[in-house]
Amino acid sequence: MIAWFSDPTHWTGSDGVFALVIQHLIYSGVALFFACLIGLPIGLYVGHTGRGVVLIAGLANALRSLPSLGLIVLLVILFGPVFASDMAFIVPSIIVLVLLAVPPIMSGTYAGVAAVDPAAVDAARGMGKRPLDILFDVELPCALPLIFSGLRSATLQIISTATIAAYVSLGGLGRLIIDGRAQNDYYQMAAGAVLVGALALLVDLAIGILSRLTVSPGLTRRL
Amino acid sequence: MITFDTVSKHYRGQTVAVDKLSLTAPTGKLTIFVGPSGCGKTTSLRMVNRLIAPSSGRILLDGEPTDTMDVAVLRRKIGYVIQNAGLFPHRTVVQNIATTARLNGTPKDQALRIAHDLLERVGLSSAFANRYPWQLSGGQQQRVGVARALASDPKFMLMDEPFSAVDPVVRGQLQDEFLRLQRDIGKTIIMVTHDIDEALKLGDQVVVLRTGGTLAQVATPQELLARPADDFVADFIGRDRGYRVLGFAEFAKGGVPLGAEPTATLGATPETLRQIATDRWVLVTDPLNRPLGWADVDSLKGPLRDGDLNLSGTLAVEGSSLRHVLDAVLSSPSGRGVIVGQSGELMGTVTLSHVAEAIEAARTGRLGTQP
Repeated sequence: MIAWFSDPTHWTGSDGVFALVIQHLIYSGVALFFACLIGLPIGLYVGHTGRGVVLIAGLANALRSLPSLGLIVLLVILFGPVFASDMAFIVPSIIVLVLLAVPPIMSGTYAGVAAVDPAAVDAARGMGKRPLDILFDVELPCALPLIFSGLRSATLQIISTATIAAYVSLGGLGRLIIDGRAQNDYYQMAAGAVLVGALALLVDLAIGILSRLTVSPGLTRRL
Repeated sequence: MITFDTVSKHYRGQTVAVDKLSLTAPTGKLTIFVGPSGCGKTTSLRMVNRLIAPSSGRILLDGEPTDTMDVAVLRRKIGYVIQNAGLFPHRTVVQNIATTARLNGTPKDQALRIAHDLLERVGLSSAFANRYPWQLSGGQQQRVGVARALASDPKFMLMDEPFSAVDPVVRGQLQDEFLRLQRDIGKTIIMVTHDIDEALKLGDQVVVLRTGGTLAQVATPQELLARPADDFVADFIGRDRGYRVLGFAEFAKGGVPLGAEPTATLGATPETLRQIATDRWVLVTDPLNRPLGWADVDSLKGPLRDGDLNLSGTLAVEGSSLRHVLDAVLSSPSGRGVIVGQSGELMGTVTLSHVAEAIEAARTGRLGTQP
C-alpha cells in the first residue's frame, strides 16, 4: 500500500487522489449545506416551541434505518428520465447524503434548545425580549455545543457514505474502492478506505476547532 | 403604583388560580405576596408583566392599563428577578447586567458602564465583571440577577422568590442588603415568597393569599401580627407571632437601662478574673473593646486563652429590635445580654427583667395607639 501511495501518477490527473478528494469534499459540502438548511430550522422550531417532538423523534429514527445503497439505486432509476447528463446521478447521491445527515443535525439542535435552562428563557421573556431575540440571543448560542455535536456526527456519516456516489459512476474517493474492487486491485481499495478515514478525521478536527471558536467559555466551562 | 382591579385567572374553565383579586401596591413601597402553595401568588405576579394573561380584570401601572400595551414594551418597564437568577450562561456577568439597559435602547458603552456601577451596588467586586455565571455561587448569581433587573432603572420590579434558593445565612445577608438598596432606590416592588418571616422582615405591605387565589388580608407586618383578619391568617403567621412582634419594637436608647460590665482581655490570670468577677462569668473583649465571649471563672485553670471562651451569646446592636435584645439575654450564659455599638464596641449589658419591662412598655404603648 505504501508503494501505491508513493506512486506519483496516483496523485495527479483527473482521476488522481487530489481531484477525487476535491470531488468528495464538494459532494459532502453540498449535502451538509442542504442538511443544515433542513435540520437546523426544524430543530430550532421544535426546541423553541416544544411542538412536534414525537414527530421528529420518529422521523429521525425512520431516516436512520434507510438503506443508503438501495435508496440511491432507486433514486437514480426514478430521476434518470428527469435529468440530463451527470445531474441524473448527482441529485440522487446528494439526496441520500442529505437524508442521512438531517436526523443528527435536527435532533442535536432540538436537544440543544430544549436543554437550555428554563430560568434563563423565562428571564429573557420577562425582561421583554421578543421571541426571535430569545431564539437567537439565548437559545441558539446556548444550544451550540449540542448543535455542533450533531453536526460532527452528520459530517462523519456524509463523508464515509459519499463513497457510494462512485457506485453510480460519479467521482470522489469511492472511485478508488469501486474501481479497485473491479480490477481486483486491493492496494487501491485499501488506499481509498484509508483516504476516506483520514479525510473524515481532518474535517472532524476542523469542525472541532470551529466549535471551540464559536461556543462561549461560559458553556464549555473552559478558560 | 401597581393596581389589581378584580383580576382572575382560571385554567380551562375549571381550576381557579386567582379569584377577583383587587389591591394596590403603593409607589416606592415593597409589597409582598405570601401564602401557601397553590394560593396563586406567583400567578398573580406573572400577570403583571403578562407572562400569564389574566382571564378577566385589569392590572394598571400608575393608572395605565397593561392589557393594551405591547407586551415586550410593558415588560421592559418592569424589572424581573426570579428564584434561580436565570442568568444567561454564555454571557459574562457585566454582559448579563447590561442586557436590560441594551433592551431599553441604551448604547453599548453606556450600558456596560452602568453594569460595572451596579456590580458594586449589589456588593460584588469588579473582579467578577468578566466571569461567567458558572463561576459564581448561588448568592452571587442572585446579586447579578438583581443588578440585571436594575440596569434599565425601571420604576417597577417583580421578584419571584428571589432569595429562596440560597442557604439561610446567605439569604439573611441578601435580604439585609436588599433592604438597604431599596431604601436608596425606592422602587415599586411586588415580591412573592412562601416564607412568612421574609414577608414580615422585608415588606412595607404584606398581602396574604389563601388557597384558591382569594385575598385573605392586606396589611403592614405590624398590623398583620397584631390583628390577623381570621383564623387562616393567624394560623399562617404561625405560633411565634407574639415573639415576632418584638422584631418591630425598636430598642430605643435609654429604653432599657444598660449595666456596666467589667471586662477582661485574653491572657488574664484566674486570680485577676476572680477579682473583677461579679459572678461565675466574666465578659472578655479584644483590645478594641469588642466582645469576644464569656469566660467561666470557676473552670479556669491557667491564663485565659481563646479556647476557654463560651461563644453561645448573641450580640444585639444598639438600635436593633427588642427581639434581638431578648435573644441576646436568653442566649448569654451569664443571663446578661451584651449590647454593642454600630462598630461592634461594647456598650453594656442588660438583664431579663429590664428587657421584660421594655417589652411591657412597648406593648402598652402599642395597644394605646390602637383605635
